Amino acid sequence: MKSSDHLLTHNGFAFPFNKCPILPLPRFQEGVLQQVHDGGRVSALFAMPQSTASHLLVAVISHDLEGLLAVLATEAAQHFPSLTPACPQVHLFEREIFEQMGIKPRNHPWLKPVRFPQTPGVKRKKNAVGVMDFYRLEGEQIHEVAVGPVHAGVIEPGHFRFQCQGELVHHLEISLGYQHRGIEEHLSGGPWPATLYQMEAAAGDTSIGHTLAYCQNMEALSGVRAPARAQAIRGLALELERLANHIGDLGALAGDVGFLPTATYCGAIRGDLLNMTAVVCGSRLGRGLLLPGGVAFDLDDRLIKTLLSRLKKAQQDVTSAVALLWDSSSVLSRFEGTGRITQAQAEEIGMVGPAVRASGVEQDVRHDHPTGIYQLFQVPMAVLTQGDVHSRAMVRWLEIQRSLAFCQDLLAHLPEGEVLMPLKNLASWHMAISLVEGWRGEICHVACSDAKGKVSRYKIVDPSFHNWFGLALALRGQAISDFPLCNKSFNLSYCGFDL
Amino acid sequence: MKIGIPASLILYLFSLMAAPLVPGIINRVKARFGGRRGQPLLQPYYDLARLIRKGFVYSRTTTALIYWGPLLQLAALGTALTLLPLFPGVPPLLSMPGDYILLFYLLALGRLFTILAAMDTGSAFEGMGANREALFSALAEPALFIILATLVHRSGFLSLSQIFVESSAPLALPGAEVMILMAALYLILLSENARIPVDDPNTHLELTMIHEVMVLDHAGPDLAVIQYGVSLKLWLFMILLCQIVLSVLPNLGVLMPLLWLAALLIITISIGIVESTMARLQMRRVPQLLVAASALALVAYIVSR
Repeated sequence: MKSSDHLLTHNGFAFPFNKCPILPLPRFQEGVLQQVHDGGRVSALFAMPQSTASHLLVAVISHDLEGLLAVLATEAAQHFPSLTPACPQVHLFEREIFEQMGIKPRNHPWLKPVRFPQTPGVKRKKNAVGVMDFYRLEGEQIHEVAVGPVHAGVIEPGHFRFQCQGELVHHLEISLGYQHRGIEEHLSGGPWPATLYQMEAAAGDTSIGHTLAYCQNMEALSGVRAPARAQAIRGLALELERLANHIGDLGALAGDVGFLPTATYCGAIRGDLLNMTAVVCGSRLGRGLLLPGGVAFDLDDRLIKTLLSRLKKAQQDVTSAVALLWDSSSVLSRFEGTGRITQAQAEEIGMVGPAVRASGVEQDVRHDHPTGIYQLFQVPMAVLTQGDVHSRAMVRWLEIQRSLAFCQDLLAHLPEGEVLMPLKNLASWHMAISLVEGWRGEICHVACSDAKGKVSRYKIVDPSFHNWFGLALALRGQAISDFPLCNKSFNLSYCGFDL
Repeated sequence: MKIGIPASLILYLFSLMAAPLVPGIINRVKARFGGRRGQPLLQPYYDLARLIRKGFVYSRTTTALIYWGPLLQLAALGTALTLLPLFPGVPPLLSMPGDYILLFYLLALGRLFTILAAMDTGSAFEGMGANREALFSALAEPALFIILATLVHRSGFLSLSQIFVESSAPLALPGAEVMILMAALYLILLSENARIPVDDPNTHLELTMIHEVMVLDHAGPDLAVIQYGVSLKLWLFMILLCQIVLSVLPNLGVLMPLLWLAALLIITISIGIVESTMARLQMRRVPQLLVAASALALVAYIVSR
C-alpha cells in the first residue's frame, strides 16, 4: 500500500475530506485493484456530485487483518472504464453509480438497473420496476421459471428468474428494487428530524444495526463519544437482534424442509428474544432505543435481573430445540452439500456476514474493526469451511451460543455512568465511515458533510447488497426445489437492498 | 355370514362422511408435536363448508379443463371407493374379476385430470408440479401392482371382494411377509397422498410443492372438491392397509368394528408422527424411496410363493 494514494482510517472515525488525495482515474483504479489483490475488500464504492460537470468517486476498502479502512478518491465525468471484469465484487456498485449519477462504467459485462428509481428527466413507464432483459438459455429442454415479485407467504417483493433444464437450475437472476424509497437521497441537507426513523426502517429487521451505524457516524462527525454504559447497551441490543433473527432463521430452515418441531419451537423462542428488546425500550424491534450520542433507555438492577433470567431460559429452550435439528438425519441430508459457495467464490464476489464465514473466510466487523463495547468484550468468531446450507446454519448456531454468553457476560459487568451525551454540530467538510456487524453481516455507512455542517452525501451499504449475488451463484447446478432452502440459508433483506 | 347391499352402502356413505376427519386428526397430532394446541378436529369440514360458499375464479388463459378436472377426479375417486371392501367380511358395492386393476386405473384417471387441469393454466409452477406428480406416480405403480399380485397369488382369487371377504384366511402369511407388505404399502400411501417425506402439505413454497402446486389456480368450490378428493384418496389407501392388517388378525366377532376403527386411527396417527419427526426428502431422492417400496413388495411376493 503506497500511502500517498489513499487515506487510512479506522471504523467509526471522521476525517477532513481534503486529507484524502484525489487521484487521477487510472491510479485510482490501479489502487483499488492492488488493494483488493492484497486482501482488501470493497466495503463501499459510490459517487458524489462535486460540481455540475464532474463527480467524485470514492472507494472504501476494508483491510480486515490490519483493522484499517483505506479511502481512495478520484474525479469522473461522463464515464470510466469498468473495474468489474478485473474485480467482480464491484459489479453492483458500478451499476448503482450508473443508475444514481449517470456515470457510465464502460465495458461493464451486465450493466442493468439496480433499483429503478424514478429519476427526474429519465422517462420510464409506470410500474416499470423489474422490466429489463434477463439472461436466457435457449433449447428444447430448457424452461424458464419466473417467481415473484408477489410471493405466497408474508415476505418482501423480489423477482427471480430461473433457467432450468428439468429440475436442474443452470442460472438464476434476481431483480430487486420494488421497495426503493430513496433513503440516501432523503438525507441530503440533513440530518432531518425524520432521519433517525428512516434509519430504523432502512432494513426493518436490522433496526439496531443500521441505526447504530448511523449514530456512530453522527458522533464521529460531531466529535462526541457515547458513554461507556450506552455503548454496552448498544452491544446488548445488537446481539439480541442477532439472536432473535438467527433463532428465527434456524426455525425457518427447519420449516422449509418440513421438520416441524424445531420450526415451531424456534418461532416461539424468537418471540421471547424480541420481547427482551421490548422490555428495554418498548419496541420488539428496538425502535427508539438508539440515539446519536447514546441510548434513550437505561437499565436498572431489576431489569438486568429480568433480562439475565430470561436469557438463561432462552438458552435452555433454544439448545434443546436446535439439538433436535442436528440429531435428525433427514434434516442433515437436506442441509449437507446443498447450495455450496466455495471460499474463492465468496472472496471474489465480496460476500459478508455469516454466509462468508460459512465458506471459510475469517471476517467479522466485531473482531476486525471493533467499535464501542466490542473493543472491551470479544465475541469469538464462528468460521466453518463447507459453504453449504449446513455450514450457514451451523455458523448461526455457533453465533447464537456465543452471543448468549456475551449478553450474559455484558449484563453482569455493565459499566456505570450516563447513557446519553448531547450531540454537537457536525464538523464541516468531513467524512465519517462506520461499520457494524449486523446479524446479516457488515453494514457500511459513509457520511459526508458540507461547508455548513450538513450531510451532503450519505451512502448506505446493507450486507444484502454484497450477498444477493452469492445466492444466485449458490443455485447453479442445484435442484430448483432446493431454492427456498438456499434462499432461507442466506435470508437476505429486500428493503435493505432497495433502500 | 352373508351381509347384503345395505351394509355395504352404509359403510360407503360412512366413508364419504368420515374421510375429511383424517387430515383433521393428522393436523392435531402434528400440532401436539410442535407444542401447540392445534386446530379443531373438524377444521377440514369447516374449510370445505367455507370454500363451497365462495364463487368461482378462473384465469383467462384456461379452458374447460380447469372446470372439469376437479369434478372428474372426484368422480373417479368416488367410483374407485365402490370397488374396495371397506370392512372385513363386508363385500364392496361393486365387484368383478380383476377389479383391483380397475380401482388403480380409476385413481390414475383421477390423477390424469388433475394434471391436465394443472397444465391448462400454463403456469410454470403448475407444469413443474404436474411433471413431478406424473413421474412419482409412475414410479409408485410397480410397487402397487406387486402388492396386489402378492394378495392375488396368496388368496387365489381375482377380485378384491373375494380376496378380503370370501377367503377365510386371505393371506395366510406368517408375520414377516405381511410386515414387509405393509411397509411397502405404507410408503406408497405416503407418496400417493403427498405426505412427508415425499411432499409437504403445509408448505407455502411453490418451488418445492408437488400436489399443492398443481391446484394453486383452483379456488372456491373447485378447491373444496379437490381437498375432499385428497381426503377420500387417503381414506382409500388407509382402508387397503387396514384390510391387510386385519386379515392376519383373528376374527374377534362383535369387537371387529372397534378393531377396525383402532387400526384406522393408528395409521392416521402414525402419518402425523412421521410428519412431525422427519424432514422431507430431497426431490431427487424420492425415486429411490419408491424403488425401495417396489423392492420391498417384490421381496414379500417372492417369499410368499
